[in-house]
Amino acid sequence: MRAVIFSRPFLFMSTETKKILTTDGIPLEESLRKAEKKNKIKAFLLVCPLLLFLIITYVFPIGEMLFRSIDDRMVTNMLPKTYKAMENWDGKELPEEEVFEAFFYDYKTLVEQKTFGKLATQLNYEKNGFKSILKKLKRKIKKFEDGNYKDQIMDVHKRWANVEYWRAIKRRAPNFSNAKYLKGMDLLKDESGNITQVSEDRRIHRILWLRTLEVAFFVTLFCFVMAYPIAHLLATLPMKYSNLLMICVLLPFWTSLLVRTASWMILLQQQGIVNDFFVWIGLVTDDNRPEMMYNKTGTYVAMTQILLPFMVLPLYSVMKTISPSLMRAGKSLGGTPFVAFWKIYFPLTIPGIGAGCLLVFILAIGYYITPALVGGASGTLISNQIAFHMKSTLDWSFASAMGLMLLIGVLAIYWVYNKLVGVDNIKLG
Amino acid sequence: MSKNKEFVKFDKVDKSYDGKVLVVKDLNLDIPEGEFITMLGPSGSGKTTCLMMLAGFETPTNGEIYLDGNPISNIPPHKRGIGMVFQNYALFPHMTVYENLAFPLRVRKINKDEADKKISKAMSMVSLSGFENRMPGQLSGGQQQRVAVARALVFDPAVVLMDEPLGALDKNLRESMQYEIKHIHESIGVTVVYVTHDQGEALTMSNRIAVFNDGKVQQLSSPDQLYEKPVNSFVAEFIGENNTFAGEVTEISKDKCKVRVKEGDILANPISVKSKGEKTTVSIRPERALINPKDKMDNNHKGKIEEVIYHGDHTRVRLSLLGNSEFILKVPNSSENLDIKLGNIISIGWNSHDARALDPK
Repeated sequence: MRAVIFSRPFLFMSTETKKILTTDGIPLEESLRKAEKKNKIKAFLLVCPLLLFLIITYVFPIGEMLFRSIDDRMVTNMLPKTYKAMENWDGKELPEEEVFEAFFYDYKTLVEQKTFGKLATQLNYEKNGFKSILKKLKRKIKKFEDGNYKDQIMDVHKRWANVEYWRAIKRRAPNFSNAKYLKGMDLLKDESGNITQVSEDRRIHRILWLRTLEVAFFVTLFCFVMAYPIAHLLATLPMKYSNLLMICVLLPFWTSLLVRTASWMILLQQQGIVNDFFVWIGLVTDDNRPEMMYNKTGTYVAMTQILLPFMVLPLYSVMKTISPSLMRAGKSLGGTPFVAFWKIYFPLTIPGIGAGCLLVFILAIGYYITPALVGGASGTLISNQIAFHMKSTLDWSFASAMGLMLLIGVLAIYWVYNKLVGVDNIKLG
Repeated sequence: MSKNKEFVKFDKVDKSYDGKVLVVKDLNLDIPEGEFITMLGPSGSGKTTCLMMLAGFETPTNGEIYLDGNPISNIPPHKRGIGMVFQNYALFPHMTVYENLAFPLRVRKINKDEADKKISKAMSMVSLSGFENRMPGQLSGGQQQRVAVARALVFDPAVVLMDEPLGALDKNLRESMQYEIKHIHESIGVTVVYVTHDQGEALTMSNRIAVFNDGKVQQLSSPDQLYEKPVNSFVAEFIGENNTFAGEVTEISKDKCKVRVKEGDILANPISVKSKGEKTTVSIRPERALINPKDKMDNNHKGKIEEVIYHGDHTRVRLSLLGNSEFILKVPNSSENLDIKLGNIISIGWNSHDARALDPK
């Protein structure tokens, strides 16, 4: 027993002195807490402005965006009486008179407030042909007589007697819906509530998602292939040359993104410098100049050039820390230069590769301005589609939904990356 | 099999980095098989450059290096089969100790069983058995150093180069590692070329020492010869402590000469002086000069004690003697109480044989 106690001096000590007191007799823990309290408050106050800034500019807008993408209360609020009456309707046969009556009063209010147009748009999203019958109803509604609204409404247009349209109204009853997310994946809820694909000629989003991933992947790959030797050169050259090279790498970084993209337009267009050069060296004939802009080629070229520094810098910062004696050791131990590189140098640069690739990929996946300018039809990405819905169709909830899907995609990639490489292995500089 | 006397041979090797300054000048050096040779010199003396040329990371500007009779200037480093221990160990940080040691064996396509045998042998040689699965970052400096030594030896190279391998260790560890490396060398008989600027290290470990200065080998001899019989004033200054007198030869015979210094005359052993009137530096080791000598010594002078410094096992006494106020004496603390007090005048003597008249500085 003694031996056990002595072999574990820590336990021995802790049983002897249960609670450590300070010289003044206050428990040590309490005293420590008191002493640290001031510092903690100070630290919190220093962080406070940033915290507020983050909440106002980041947490709140993203929350708002998330909410907007699932918020579906507009129709619910416009037809309160109808939905109340519909609560008992099973949706199989045409609804009873009370539903028609409630709908009549709801719609009459909307017509009087002149806000029926929004309802028409929303319901038309749900089922085609709603717009015209609602317009027709609006014209007739003033002449309606009291009582028997069911027959009167059904007389306006024969579609009002079709149960499908009433089901469509009922489907918009919930306050929240995932319809925008489904739309973003070229899916929809059909009349019976099953999730199905949209008709083939309307499946554009999936193509865009895949193209975005493809472009981001290849841009990352091109950046990596080009940046690795540059970063290596930067890390190994003597200071006076490496500084110059560093400026060459960073110079485009200091130029406006728009200017750089525009200069690529000058270079890549059919009568542009690159094409002129190809003709001059006889690679292509003058009347057969390849199109390098307004397609994927243009997007690849311009994005790779623009995102290159984001790959060079993390790689450089990692390579700078690798001692040249390691390569020498590898060689003196009998490794050929290639083996020494592949077994020693390359594994040590993985944190930089990880950081660079993650950075470039995430930037590329949400890239907007370059594909918008040089992408043309086959080179636009999902972010262009988001912008389109923000600016042109004003379907903000759909744009929000796609933005959030993009964010989830990025987080998923980050998660996978963490599993594969480990985020604590990243080294940004 | 007789040992090759010219196992490593530097033949008229010159090296220049910029075409203007020679870092190594006309180096001729033969290293017999199994020898522990140290290149010793101040920084910038060209010793590391010589090592790098032997390892293959630098090419000689002129001349040739032979390994076992074969010229190696055109052989890339990975084909030379020379083990090397680097200044900062250069262990591969992403590999375990085992993988570090396995690297030279794996590139030589040695099968796993044999490799395992060699690795465990090398690990026990540096007494690190059981550390195979550690990462280098989890080891202390001394342990990393041992791993580096083991890695340089594991593939049985003919020559092992060590570039100031103990420079980053603290004093005690450095001393114990010196003995350890020396014992490893003695037990396996590999040829070692060791570079250091620490003379104590060089004296402890080496069979022979090549003292470098200004791109040239100043003296190549065994540690005791180097200490007792330096051939020029640089070596005398660089190795151990040294009292010097600058002066001019006034009389010279076969094994004695008289040198006039600032305030008096010294009898000395003419090493690099040939004739009367030459300028010279006379060098005397502190322990060769005695206080109140009992034996008859042919140099006997009076000096005044300027400073007494207690050093534990001995006391250092600074005197002003014959116009030199930096004359150092080492007095063992066991010796009977001599009259060592600040300001006392004492009598100092030494044999002319121990006072070496070398080239002027």
